[in-house]
Amino acid sequence: MSDLPLDPILIAGDRAVPTHEPWLEWIATVDHKRIGVMYLLTTLVFFVVGDCEALLMRYQLAWPGNTFLSPDAYNQVFTMHGTTMIFLVVVPLLLGLANYLTPLMIGARDMALPRLNAFSFWVFLFGGILLYCSFAAGHAPAAGWFSYAPLSEAGYSTRHGMDYWALALLGIGIGTIATAINLIVTIVNLRTDGMTIRRVPLFVWMVLVNSCLIIFALPALNAALVMLLVDRQLNAHFFTSLGGGSPVLWQHYFWSFGHPEVYIMVLPAFGIISEVIPVFSRKPIFGYGFVAASTVAIALLSVGVWAHHMFAVGLGHAWDYAFSASSLLIAVPTGVKVFNWIATMWGGAIRFTTSMLFAIAFLFTFTIGGLSGVQFATAPIDWQLTDTYYVVAHMHYVLFGGTLFAVMAGLYYWFPKITGRLLSEKRGKVHFWLMFIGFHLTFFVQHILGLDGMPRRVYTYPNLPGWARMNLISSIGAAVLALAVLVMVVNIALSLRSGALAGDNPWDAWTLEWATSSPPPEQNFESVPPVRSARPLWDLAHPEGGRA
Amino acid sequence: MTRFDTPKLATAVFLASEAVFFTFLIAAYIYYYGSVAKGPRASNSLDPPRTLIFTICLLASSGTVLLAERSLAARRIAAFRMWLALTIVLGAAFLCGQGWEYAGLLARNVTPARNLFGATFFTLTGFHGFHVLCGLIALSVMLILAFRRSFAQKEADGLGAIALYWHFVDAVWIVIFSLVYLTVWL
Repeated sequence: MSDLPLDPILIAGDRAVPTHEPWLEWIATVDHKRIGVMYLLTTLVFFVVGDCEALLMRYQLAWPGNTFLSPDAYNQVFTMHGTTMIFLVVVPLLLGLANYLTPLMIGARDMALPRLNAFSFWVFLFGGILLYCSFAAGHAPAAGWFSYAPLSEAGYSTRHGMDYWALALLGIGIGTIATAINLIVTIVNLRTDGMTIRRVPLFVWMVLVNSCLIIFALPALNAALVMLLVDRQLNAHFFTSLGGGSPVLWQHYFWSFGHPEVYIMVLPAFGIISEVIPVFSRKPIFGYGFVAASTVAIALLSVGVWAHHMFAVGLGHAWDYAFSASSLLIAVPTGVKVFNWIATMWGGAIRFTTSMLFAIAFLFTFTIGGLSGVQFATAPIDWQLTDTYYVVAHMHYVLFGGTLFAVMAGLYYWFPKITGRLLSEKRGKVHFWLMFIGFHLTFFVQHILGLDGMPRRVYTYPNLPGWARMNLISSIGAAVLALAVLVMVVNIALSLRSGALAGDNPWDAWTLEWATSSPPPEQNFESVPPVRSARPLWDLAHPEGGRA
Repeated sequence: MTRFDTPKLATAVFLASEAVFFTFLIAAYIYYYGSVAKGPRASNSLDPPRTLIFTICLLASSGTVLLAERSLAARRIAAFRMWLALTIVLGAAFLCGQGWEYAGLLARNVTPARNLFGATFFTLTGFHGFHVLCGLIALSVMLILAFRRSFAQKEADGLGAIALYWHFVDAVWIVIFSLVYLTVWL
């Protein structure tokens, strides 16, 4: 126990820990596990809300000339869908997992700054609620998730939706930065004895790199939001050409944040995959150093590629060449990772659990999304396809088929640790196949619609040859996806009540979180096993030092 | 095992993000610097000699907070309280100077709405002033704690973090003062 960072107050025992009613215990908690669970539950709620917004859009687009949603309502719905999924689902979902798992994986008692951790969560939740208050205030933001100026300015977005958007994102941004600080300090300071930086689980590696990326990217958004608010509230002209300002500056500032944000949304997912695939292939990860180092390479490259979102602005050929080249370069470290994961599976004794199925689906789908990303990095292709459904398809392949599939793999993998019960594999398989088929049904045809020139963010479309059929397929796919989410929620609810008991280590995994009980006690560990490699529980089971 | 001082490390990481935030505000000031053709701008609106005096106050407060830290390390509590109080006085003097400057500018209708100089100037210096204010609040909390009997090592660690923040706010001002005020004399 001596190596555990215990709270001096608890050791001294001069202040008894008070007990409260359960709901107050949750609200007042500074325990990283409870905060992590609150993150996960909050994002689940926002995920369902964002899904409903997607369903509204797909119902509107199911056939040409539909009048279910007015153009103005459609603008609000797609803006809220994008903002919700990015800022209230994907990022906090990954932060919630990082919150729950990081201290357990490095053998620590809690995060380094538990009260800051609680602050981060509550300011995030406050931001999310503030964003949705815009509906109550009469008009949700309607300028898209990247709120291009001058559309987002007071002259064009006259209602208060944009102000809610900017203030909500500021709050969420502050919470995200605070969590990133906390994770960095935790990983640097609280690793248990023997856990050198070359022995931390890859998930923790990704969280560390991700947190550094948050530290350098989120402030760019905060600066842009502050300037937008000064424009809107104090009648300044940062981003309106009327007073000499520049709408293009908003684009530069937004994407200086926005492109690293893309990696902020995927690096922890890489971490999940790097934990799940080795365990279910019964082999250590192939090329631990390469997986870790390529993450650093991605992070470094990601801050120098923002203008590939702006090829259509007309920055000039020199800029286009430079940003094309840097964007194409990112494919290299990403490809390295995909090869590492495949090589890990190669020759392994693969167990096709639901978690592993999602991980394999991630590899497949994310690679397709990566390939369409490489296409977009080429400026002339971008000119042709920008603002079409090809963009929508690409981004959902990396964010939904990439990150969210990885999170699903993580959900089935760590749910037993968090709750003490296994998720049903039978319902899990149904969930997996519905989600996999529904996803490709929804988004694959959008590639073709994009190539055909169907513009995104328009509330309806003309009845051109094939468009009605493909849009209907996409909408049916969305309904299948909604069914998949329903099966997932039912699976969670039923398994919570009557799932099979998990035991400490149901998957026979090797990282420290499986060395404690499920769910872990408040102090996380009775005693932390010695760490002599990246797989301490393997070493524990094989004291003679065998490898497999 | 703890490798670094936790409050200081957390503050250092936080300040890295703050540095990025200010970099973007400063970049906006530079980006729009040349585009202000008429109306108020730095050369015809600001009073660099007067601001220099308040700048010296802020720079001096970085020294006094350092002396407060040293006094605390040597357990000279009376000196520690004195240097900490002086730091707050100097920081408050800087803020008063900024308030005086703002009042004069607003009286002459130099506002964020007037032109891009107003927008960039008030956003940049305003956010710096806000950071000074936050630092003053933190230092004041520390001063109140310093007058309580049970001033322990845990609070002393906090002082190190606050001092680091205070030096940062100071350093950012050196950049802003050089960029916004000193260029008037070029």
